[in-house]
Amino acid sequence: MSNNKNNPEIDDATGTQTTGHEWDGIKELNTPLPRWWLIIMYATIVWSVVYWVFMPSWPGINGYFKGTRNHSERANVDAAMLELQAMRSANSEKLLASKSLTDIENDPELLQFAMASGKAAFGDNCETCHGPGGQGAIGYPNLNDDVWLWGGTLEDIRTTIAYGIRAPHPKSRKSLMPAFGKTGILSGEQVNDLTSYVQYLAGEDDVNEEAVQRAAPLFKAQCSVCHSADGTGNRMFGAPNLTDREWLYGGDREAIKYTITNSRNGVMPSWDHRFDEATIASLAVYVHTLGGGEQE
Amino acid sequence: MSQTQTSPGKPVGIDAVILWIFLAIGSMFALIIAAKTPDDLMRVHALIFLTAFIIAGFAMIARQYKAQKDEGPYMMGIVKVGVGLSAFWGVVGFLVGVIIALQLAYPNFMYIEEWGWTNFGRLRPLHTSAVIFAFGGTVLITTSFYVVQRTSRARLAGGIAPWFVFWGYQLFIIIAATGYLMGVTQSREYAEPEWYADIWLTIVWVAYLLVYLGTLWKRKEPHIYVANWFYLAFIVTVALLHVVNNLAMPVSLIETRSYSLFAGVQDALTQWWYGHNAVGFFLTAGFLGIMYYFIPKRAERPVYSYRLSIVHFWSLIFIYIWAGPHHLHYTALPEWAQTLGMTFSVMLWMPSWGGMINGLMTLSGAWDKIRTDPVIRMMIVSVAFYGMSTFEGPLMAVRAVNSLSHYTEWTIGHVHSGALGWVGYISFGALYCLAQWAWGRKKLYSNALVEWHFWISTVGILLYISSMWVAGILEGLWWRSYDELGFLQYSFIQTVEAKHIYFVIRALGGTMFLVGALIMCYNLWKTARGDVLDEKPKQAGGKAPAMAPAE
Repeated sequence: MSNNKNNPEIDDATGTQTTGHEWDGIKELNTPLPRWWLIIMYATIVWSVVYWVFMPSWPGINGYFKGTRNHSERANVDAAMLELQAMRSANSEKLLASKSLTDIENDPELLQFAMASGKAAFGDNCETCHGPGGQGAIGYPNLNDDVWLWGGTLEDIRTTIAYGIRAPHPKSRKSLMPAFGKTGILSGEQVNDLTSYVQYLAGEDDVNEEAVQRAAPLFKAQCSVCHSADGTGNRMFGAPNLTDREWLYGGDREAIKYTITNSRNGVMPSWDHRFDEATIASLAVYVHTLGGGEQE
Repeated sequence: MSQTQTSPGKPVGIDAVILWIFLAIGSMFALIIAAKTPDDLMRVHALIFLTAFIIAGFAMIARQYKAQKDEGPYMMGIVKVGVGLSAFWGVVGFLVGVIIALQLAYPNFMYIEEWGWTNFGRLRPLHTSAVIFAFGGTVLITTSFYVVQRTSRARLAGGIAPWFVFWGYQLFIIIAATGYLMGVTQSREYAEPEWYADIWLTIVWVAYLLVYLGTLWKRKEPHIYVANWFYLAFIVTVALLHVVNNLAMPVSLIETRSYSLFAGVQDALTQWWYGHNAVGFFLTAGFLGIMYYFIPKRAERPVYSYRLSIVHFWSLIFIYIWAGPHHLHYTALPEWAQTLGMTFSVMLWMPSWGGMINGLMTLSGAWDKIRTDPVIRMMIVSVAFYGMSTFEGPLMAVRAVNSLSHYTEWTIGHVHSGALGWVGYISFGALYCLAQWAWGRKKLYSNALVEWHFWISTVGILLYISSMWVAGILEGLWWRSYDELGFLQYSFIQTVEAKHIYFVIRALGGTMFLVGALIMCYNLWKTARGDVLDEKPKQAGGKAPAMAPAE
């Protein structure tokens, strides 16, 4: 400031004095702090101090200042969860008291509750694989149609949800299709022939008839135990119907051949450790109503 | 090597001797690690270090025998290289941003199974680090070296040291970027590089601080200009943040992996103390340094208020450092810490706005330049974005608001109004200025191209942030919607599906921003070469004073 070449001067455009400093041609005006700016700054400080008084704030040596409002987010969460439970409990109890899942479907009020609960649980747990609305994807069954691997009644669906498929759960649904090609049970040609046979079962027009002829005894020996002699499948083993042109892993020649060679054996986790009984019942009802639910 | 005193060689300075010793030791380490490591990724990085050191050695020999061109009162060569590399990194960062924006809108975009590095998870940190550290960092080093020389009337201190800082930082960027692509990460947001990269950056950063302090020490001005306070705050605090957040124990000295010294919630808090102040001191304080020099210089107007600059500087520095916990609202972080993070964020509002006022009001008496000089307009709009995001920030730090905004796209929108609007535009403004001033050009190649850059990018930014606001608030509301029976109304995947259209708009906005930056690169290149496009100049000011808005 004492530098004699830099003296404070009046800036023409604003009429404000400069500080008299100059760097590389840049000067500074000596404008006072804007009043509104200062007032808001003080206001935010005052607001913060007040907030500190009310809420848990400054730490000390033994713990922290709890605030006069005794605010606790943990307690708030617990209260909110209780409130939610209370909202649900009447219906949940009624739902659990129902003799069968069919009773739930026949009680409009209970059905509405089960659908809301099932939809919420389905959305954040099942849609990852089965897709939004349960439309399925390659390897993940479509739940809207009437094609069921393990059965489509309410009880069937509940069992599948609760215990899973090929899951580590002791009650899980289990079955194992051998990897016929990979393990050498069948030769490459035999796999080829069987592929044609499966296409023939599905009613494909353009199939090599000689291959079908050759594969017929093979199918009878290796496949018919589970898929049944006419290829319509067996729900006891979760063995799909091969004649309905509904394919879980794709129905083109390559996909079928891959299945026979390597087998698929998809896994669905068991959910009884994640959901309470009411939620599992609701999920069963929800999936049952998606489109293809079967009656007992 | 110090015997090269024969003509045409020059005497070897102490700076070069130190660098030679440093390069020798560094090469030895790199060679040993490359030979001994069982870790392929570490070998790649050791070889990159070794290559860089060898190139540096050749460059130093060449320097010894080459006539120095850059011998003026100021070191301008480093600024010129910096302008070029800033523009380059900007384009790289924006491009990767566009790619990952498209991957979010169309998940199969560039999904190549055999190339793990094209995955969103690898490219996302590449994008953030490329724009923040590669683009932003290079802009900061470049402009700070320019500004500190001009406002101190002193050549950069340390002889060859500024070049070490500059290229050493670029080497850090290369190590970080290749690390992201190969999957080397310590999983700390904005601090992903592993321990050896962190040590390297620490060395470079200390050299940066010393060069900066040395130059200020040599200054021929009685006072230190405000821009330099901000640059210095940026350098000092980033050093502190970087060192503390990266404290880790390497698994071994020849492997990439390390484990953080902190665990659990302490780890999270340290990370967000760092993460938030990277925003505060890298992206705010540093770029305010740019603003404080380039706006008054370009507008040829005095800084609006010296007092405001002092008060907002110190209040910003003091308050910012406490605001980090607002990133951890409603988590395992103790509530008292959340309260303090929130209240300090609210108190940060006016200290941040002090910079905005000083930037905008510096135009007092020269408002017409917003119309006539698109570079000034760009910088002023930058300050406006700064004001907007520093209002939005404290707002989002309030717990009640945060419970809606947290984990949503709103955060992404907020970040990008600051990053594209504030950081991007003030940097572009500075780069346009430097393309003229560092090369001594009277005019830019084309003002019309700056106009194009400005309007395309501005529309792009607006598309970007408004789509993210809508998407964020939409998903925030959907996540918390319960039906009358007490069940969640929407599933997570429904919110993802609903965001698709906003993701597409966002990608479009980002693409426009990238196109603007490419236009800038062409303009910078032509300006540096000294070309001037024949354009009809915009009607200059010179109007009656009554036309200018009152103060």
